[in-house]
Amino acid sequence: MTSIQPPSEILWWKQPLDRVEGTWIALALVWSLIMFVMMPMWHIYGKQNLSNEAYRTTPAAYMAKTQAMVDQYTDRTMTDQKIPVVKPPPGSDVYLLGRLWQWWPIIELEKGQTYRLHIASMDWQHGFSLQPQNINVQILPGYEMVLTITPDTSGDQTIICNEYCGIGHHNMVGKILVTEGGS
Amino acid sequence: MKTELFRTCPESGLQFHKPAEMLTRANAVLAVVMLLIGGLSALAVTLTRWPAVHLLPADKFYQLLTFHGVNMLIFWIIFFEIAVLYFCSSTLLRCRLATPKIAWLGFFLMVAGAVVNNLAVLGGNASVMMTSYVPMPANPNFYLGLILFAVGALLGCFVFLGTLVVAKDEKTYEGSIPLVTFGALTACIIAIFTIAMGAVILIPTYMWSMGWISHIDAAMYRLLWWAFGHSSQQINVAAHVSVWYAIAAIVFGAKPLSEKVSRAAFFLYICFLQLASAHHLLVDPGLSSTWKIFNTSYAMYLAVLASMIHGLTVPGSIEVAQRAKGYTKGMFEWLRKAPWGNPVFSGMFISLIGFGFIGGITGVVMGTEQINIIIHNTIYVPGHFHATVVIGTTLAFMALTYFLIPVLFRRQVFLPGLAKWQPYIFGISMMVFTLVMMGAGTLGVERRHWDMAFTDAALGFDYPASAYTLMGLVGISGTMAIIGGGIYVLITVVSVFFGKRVESESPYSSATTRLMRAEPTVVPEGGHEAAGKFGFAAPGTFALAIFFLAVFVVYYAVNWKYLASVWPMS
Repeated sequence: MTSIQPPSEILWWKQPLDRVEGTWIALALVWSLIMFVMMPMWHIYGKQNLSNEAYRTTPAAYMAKTQAMVDQYTDRTMTDQKIPVVKPPPGSDVYLLGRLWQWWPIIELEKGQTYRLHIASMDWQHGFSLQPQNINVQILPGYEMVLTITPDTSGDQTIICNEYCGIGHHNMVGKILVTEGGS
Repeated sequence: MKTELFRTCPESGLQFHKPAEMLTRANAVLAVVMLLIGGLSALAVTLTRWPAVHLLPADKFYQLLTFHGVNMLIFWIIFFEIAVLYFCSSTLLRCRLATPKIAWLGFFLMVAGAVVNNLAVLGGNASVMMTSYVPMPANPNFYLGLILFAVGALLGCFVFLGTLVVAKDEKTYEGSIPLVTFGALTACIIAIFTIAMGAVILIPTYMWSMGWISHIDAAMYRLLWWAFGHSSQQINVAAHVSVWYAIAAIVFGAKPLSEKVSRAAFFLYICFLQLASAHHLLVDPGLSSTWKIFNTSYAMYLAVLASMIHGLTVPGSIEVAQRAKGYTKGMFEWLRKAPWGNPVFSGMFISLIGFGFIGGITGVVMGTEQINIIIHNTIYVPGHFHATVVIGTTLAFMALTYFLIPVLFRRQVFLPGLAKWQPYIFGISMMVFTLVMMGAGTLGVERRHWDMAFTDAALGFDYPASAYTLMGLVGISGTMAIIGGGIYVLITVVSVFFGKRVESESPYSSATTRLMRAEPTVVPEGGHEAAGKFGFAAPGTFALAIFFLAVFVVYYAVNWKYLASVWPMS
């Protein structure tokens, strides 16, 4: 038994490296560096990056901004709860809020256009999970996150909450509708 | 001190100090109790997420999921780790345990903490998940229990360090501490950091829950909580890698390929492993990409490098030991002729493969800053960490248990025929479980979610049929794994409390022996490499490592390709 005994050599740190270990360490180090470099490279050449643009906010201030957008751009309502469907113009600031247990309002975007999507929580922590795109970000109370997104597929996307937020968590569903646009 | 407190195990040659022996036993037994209750709640959780069964109502599901997380990730693993710390200090170094009374105080604090926390969760007003993200409130006893438990564990860490001092002072060993003790020391250092972070965040949160503090910032909470929550999983990594080395030494008489490399890899853990707390914050608002990239990559994947080193040197040391015994045919005779019927070995080897190929690769991939966007908080995440913590840590600890039952508890293993199969039943079903969970996560299925059909939601969503199939397989493989875990609990409890005593005598006496250096490595004619192939001492292991790297590269590339298909965002 040896790994559970003191090293046999007094000067064990002077023991030469075995060829197996040396080769593997070199390979593993190169791979580690490649993986490290991939992340900044994707910021330069890739198209899916978080801007990390975020602001401190309060529920009241964020609600006011969202309400102003809803008042200005509501097109129609959906479901018995009369959830407003908002059609903001391309390039504009779009406000989405998460609260127990709803994403509000429903947002309609045009394919191929770019929007500044703001998201914040009114109460507890929530998870913005856009399906079936599978885009997932963390939403916190007190922080307004901004994603500059360009929907490149049309159709309905569903926003699910993927941060546990209490007993109604599994009913917290919202929608982003993407139209073909082109008008 | 020179009273009759020491016994030498005739089979293993290990020397036990009675107080350390009793403490190791007590902590190991409590660990298995926690595993039992954590496993029962696992069954309820799995059967609820199996769409065709959907066992529990929503409130019970979230309650038992919280219960499962805390009991498994914190209580089972840390009780066992304290046992490992006492074993790796007092027993391996053949010295008395420092301050046994403080060690018992720590033990009882841990028991009290676990009871207080579990009662809060079972009371129904602390279904906040293990992470207890503010501002979702929990019964204050939820945090108080964790704080008490952490203080107890911290005392255990100090007793471990004190015991190293005793061993050095009383010269109970020659030269440097063994590699396995060095690994345990790594785990202990990480544990102290972890517990300090736990105090920094849990104490204010407790005060907030009592109404003494008005507000805790959600982003700050996440940063500090994960400095505790993720680091506690890094204790596991250091601990189970030490257990792998220990089992390689116990079963094969294996010796590290080189002490320098294996110890340097543990040192890299101490320096860089904690940065991985950032894995949880990659899609959080308020943190810069520079911060995320540096931290999520453990500086420059230096802790991943360390794990890749251990992944080579543990099987490599086994290969060299086996080749020295004459298993030199081809690349893999050493592995084919390994004792696959010995659960100590098979458990350890399945743990190594599952941790590396499944847990390790997926952890690095989902910890990539941008790739995390398509994975964060989907059921891919628990898929990943069941591969690291369950296949990696839990199975390694199970394997060690089969060694400890006769050596530490002086009992014969109950139903040895079943014990032989247990690591396979548990390990393989857990592998399937993690893979199908990650498959479902790739399709966007959420973690911590009661109803993937959104039956009661105002707006609906239909996952593809394949997601339901995968979640059905999660239910089936999860149930199989729980049966495998149940067999372990059954064997352990019956062996320890009702098992037949081992036949040999191991009386206590005042005599102690000194721990001597390992025998010098006999260098075969033509150098080390002569026993291997192509100038490599461990060619089979190297081939496995290259295969591992190829899988890693392919899977990493596939995920970037998948990411490139989602909506552009900046």
